[in-house]
Amino acid sequence: MKQFITSREAILLAALVALILLVETRFSGFAAPGNLASVFNDTSILIMLALGQTLVILTRCIDLSQASNLALTGMVTAMINAAMPGVPVVALISIAVALGLLMGAFNGLLVWKLDIPPIVVTLGTLTIYRGIIFVVSGGAWVNSHEMSAAYKAFPRAEFLTLPVLSWIALAVIAGFAILVNRTALGRAFFAVGGNPSAAVYTGIDVGRTRFMAFVIAGGLAGLCGYLWVSRYAVAYTDVAGGFELDIVAACVIGGISIAGGLGSVTGAVLGALFLGTIKNALPVAGISPFWQMAISGAAIIIAVAFNRRKDPGRVILKEPAQ
Amino acid sequence: MEDGRTIAGPVLRLEGITKRFPGVTALSGVELELHEGQVTALIGENGAGKSTLVKILTGIYQPDEGHIEVDGTTTRFPTATAAQEAGVTAIHQETVLFDELTVAENIFLGHAPRGRFGLMDWSRMRAEAREILTRIGAKLDPMAPLRDLGIASKHLVAIARALSVDARVVVMDEPTASLSQAEIEELYELVERLKSEGKAILFISHKFDEIFRIADRYTVFRDGEMVDAGMMEDVTEDALVTKMVGRSMDAIFPARTSSPGEEILRVAGYSHPTEFADIGFGLRRGEILGFYGLVGAGRSELMQALFGVTTPSKGAVKIDGKVAVIRSPAEAISRGIVYVPEDRGKQGAITAMPIFQNVTLPSLTQTSRNGFVQMADEFALARRYTERLDLRAASLDQAVGNLSGGNQQKVVIAKWLATRPKVIILDEPTKGIDVGSKAAVHEFMAELAAEGLSVIMVSSEIPEILGMSDRVIVMRDGRIAAELDRDGLTPEQLVRAAAGYEETAA
Repeated sequence: MKQFITSREAILLAALVALILLVETRFSGFAAPGNLASVFNDTSILIMLALGQTLVILTRCIDLSQASNLALTGMVTAMINAAMPGVPVVALISIAVALGLLMGAFNGLLVWKLDIPPIVVTLGTLTIYRGIIFVVSGGAWVNSHEMSAAYKAFPRAEFLTLPVLSWIALAVIAGFAILVNRTALGRAFFAVGGNPSAAVYTGIDVGRTRFMAFVIAGGLAGLCGYLWVSRYAVAYTDVAGGFELDIVAACVIGGISIAGGLGSVTGAVLGALFLGTIKNALPVAGISPFWQMAISGAAIIIAVAFNRRKDPGRVILKEPAQ
Repeated sequence: MEDGRTIAGPVLRLEGITKRFPGVTALSGVELELHEGQVTALIGENGAGKSTLVKILTGIYQPDEGHIEVDGTTTRFPTATAAQEAGVTAIHQETVLFDELTVAENIFLGHAPRGRFGLMDWSRMRAEAREILTRIGAKLDPMAPLRDLGIASKHLVAIARALSVDARVVVMDEPTASLSQAEIEELYELVERLKSEGKAILFISHKFDEIFRIADRYTVFRDGEMVDAGMMEDVTEDALVTKMVGRSMDAIFPARTSSPGEEILRVAGYSHPTEFADIGFGLRRGEILGFYGLVGAGRSELMQALFGVTTPSKGAVKIDGKVAVIRSPAEAISRGIVYVPEDRGKQGAITAMPIFQNVTLPSLTQTSRNGFVQMADEFALARRYTERLDLRAASLDQAVGNLSGGNQQKVVIAKWLATRPKVIILDEPTKGIDVGSKAAVHEFMAELAAEGLSVIMVSSEIPEILGMSDRVIVMRDGRIAAELDRDGLTPEQLVRAAAGYEETAA
């Protein structure tokens, strides 16, 4: 318990509660359970993407192609739905996840087999995946009226008072908690990012572990592609443009160390919620969009300053007193 | 500040220099004199304190006690620049140069000649670089990019860089380690030239032939103390070897009666394109096999290949009589070979991770059920092995990075024991840890061997090799130089085999 109170997750949770209460003073009703549930629902996609990104960052890599992956899979599902309204939603979701996994695997293979720095690989695929959207859609939009009712209804359907979208996010969070804390692969993510050369000596395949992180992040981006397009009921080339930076920001705010090997599922979820809350609250509190961007940016920098890693691994020899 | 001996006395004199690090006294009250126009050889085993001394001379470390005199005046080198300004310059074992810059830029980096407005004076830089290169007899184009040069030429650039400051004292730390015979001859000529220019040279080397070839004086360090100094003409090679290793064997090693069993590991014709060749040896159950050699003799590289980190080009490994192909550390671990690397910080522990997770990392299949890690089993496994090693930690939840070096080492060893290996390779197991932890590691090693585990111990410390091994293999330049039995083995034999100096009279 004492350990929790001093942990960065606890500090972040306190900051999140403080933020919600602060908004409540300006906009009464914000902290009401119903509204908080809708903030969570709005943030669900960011949470899932941030969890995928967390694995990648844990292994000392980064995936900038998530938003493009999301937009491409979203477009593909929308186009299939528009052309063949009879294809069941479950099949579309499977296609979305499979496509996402494929794109993640492509990133991962380039990082693993060709040893190209992840930032370069995913900066490249960020553009490639987005370019493919234009190629497959010819630049055309898929609008709400072209989509089947089932396609649009699924994430909004209510189940035990929460929309399915929220339930999916909760399931992903639970799955990640198990993956990260209770499996050998989860442990390997930390080992690879914490000390790649020690991980090698422990018998862990560093390249393969990174590949797995990219694959999982890609699969989640694919799933989110369907969810995003379905929720906003429109697919076009620029869907989620620039969202990759929000994802990374959520991770950074959540205390996932960019240097790798340090972070938690709780941190990533809280980081995403913090950013989601700001984005949700500022417009309703009547703060101009310019301030919103500045405040989001400030939150990132403050979070990083708080999370600065005190590297326990380095032994610095003390110079004698002069 | 006239004291009447500024001309005849040494250029540089160290007196009573002591340097302590947490848990270790690297130097205790050492003396050293360097004279104008003379080469002083600094001799000592690995860990005798030579490198620490070089760092003190070049202003990187500050001594805890004692003082430095330049021309009889006491001075201090609080920074590397201060040492340089006092005329002390060093050519390091591994030269620090920049591949993408030109020869001239490398020589003058940090103190390039400046022209008007403080801008670089390129033509002067080129001219001065050419002059220095000519002076040391190096036929190099100052404008050539460094990446186009070979190792020997790079070395010359490093020397030119050292001489580009107006040096009076030149420290050469094993300068011939990476040179061919012809290049070594050129280096000797260069040393002669520097001598004739009146420089005082400190020459650190393990090779006795070159010490006798070029040194005028010698100073011997042992365990951080200066044990002898004098003129080369008054000493023989045998006498120097004895001084270098002739320590009292005061470290206490566990008494063991070894009775090695059947052969577990057999290595034959094992070769690597660049690191080692024709390695063949056997290892028996319950045996401790010592691997001795100078730094860079290829011992660690050999062990890394056995562990599957690197791939050998030729040769076979048999475990329990069956041919074993090991392509990755995971395969080595599954076949019962584990390796505790020398560089704990870089290769050993994951310092941000808690102790128990470090211990169980290669044994997660043991502590998992249906693919899910069981935290309680993990703690039990970690506790079993850390307790056996007498690990001192507040809790197993603690990050490894917060432990002392000795305790970190114990975590790494516990990690490997938890995999229940057949062969454990310990690379410099007690390097840089305090005396108490050292004894514990030794005791434990003996216990493991008694339980039937086979141990390969790579060590550069002669007492450890003599005190622990059943058999010793000495490596030199990537090959096995000697295989020696523990009985009647002397430190001198080890040093001779490792340095390639054969006894002439015997």
